Amino acid sequence: MSFWKENKKHVYWNPYFGGFMLGLLLIATFYITGRGLGATGATKSAVITTVKTIDHDYAQHSAYYSKFHLDEGRNPMNNWLVFETIGMIAGAFLSGALSGRVKFRIQHPPHIASNKRLIYASIGGLLFGFGSQFARGCTSGAALSGSAVLSLGGFITMAAIFGTAYIVAYFFRKIWIN
Amino acid sequence: MGPLTYFGEISTEWNYVIAIFIGMAFGYIMEASGFSSSRKLIGVFYGYDFAVIRVFITATLVAIIGLLYMGYFGWIDYSVLFVHPTFIFSATIGGVIMGFGFIIGGFCPGTSLCALAIGKIDGWVFTVALFVGIFIYSLVFPFIEPYYNMGDMGHITISEYLNISNAWFTFWFALISVAIFYVTSVIRKKVKEVRY
Repeated sequence: MSFWKENKKHVYWNPYFGGFMLGLLLIATFYITGRGLGATGATKSAVITTVKTIDHDYAQHSAYYSKFHLDEGRNPMNNWLVFETIGMIAGAFLSGALSGRVKFRIQHPPHIASNKRLIYASIGGLLFGFGSQFARGCTSGAALSGSAVLSLGGFITMAAIFGTAYIVAYFFRKIWIN
Repeated sequence: MGPLTYFGEISTEWNYVIAIFIGMAFGYIMEASGFSSSRKLIGVFYGYDFAVIRVFITATLVAIIGLLYMGYFGWIDYSVLFVHPTFIFSATIGGVIMGFGFIIGGFCPGTSLCALAIGKIDGWVFTVALFVGIFIYSLVFPFIEPYYNMGDMGHITISEYLNISNAWFTFWFALISVAIFYVTSVIRKKVKEVRY
């Protein structure tokens, strides 16, 4: 059993098959809800809820949090994307478990120490969190779901994310390759 | 006719149940495609693994064509689908910031959740930082609000902007995609293999 699992560890789907399945899922999502998929929406809801719980007055009067009409008793966690994200974590766990990939570890290139990798991951997360709010969505919500219905902004954000990463990849190569 | 929730064929409560299943499929597909591994994801920028761009472009293409056909057949009301609004300035600058986040952190928010789900500590750290990043954004929001709303073009599509039909745009996009798939496979053969 463990031998069989070992063998499947690095076997992923053919990317074109994965892309096709993701495309079908996007179609189904638009057919059912009229909107696309998302990943940062739930994170935003969680941040709003946390701030609201700690300091309700601040949340009601701050320029950012007041946008979400907290004074009307709305619960930001009562949101489609929150439920979708809970499902995402479960689905990813299922796939990983079936292939024997579930394990606590820090993945890093051999020449980069674990703690360095974690520092880079936290810098990346900070930037992505900030950027996704400014652009009104991340790779899933803006780029993927936007492009699926031909949104101009979706294509611009997609080009900006990948274009920037390609342009600056040379300067950050030491993080990833020898 | 779809979208089902728009025409009231599915109640809000069921919609949330469906959300969990859609999310599960989303997470499963991403993890099975290898998106829980930052080293696999980042391969796209150094030429040793092009899975990201192949999955991403194939998914976009399948979704664009599928939704257009469903519109033609009258299975879905294409005009009520949510078109992500375009704010030129924030879409570009936000994308640039996310591009830096991607190349430094090795994940995007969706993929970091997949990594978190299978126990990758770097995925946990990225996700926690994501929360902090959004919180910092909320603090500086009053100062950057004018830029956030700059260049509002509304819910415009790329075919409207280029003044061509949806079908023609999709045709050219499909041709470009095939060219990208070909070029990436050529590059892949030339770049030194990276084991991870």
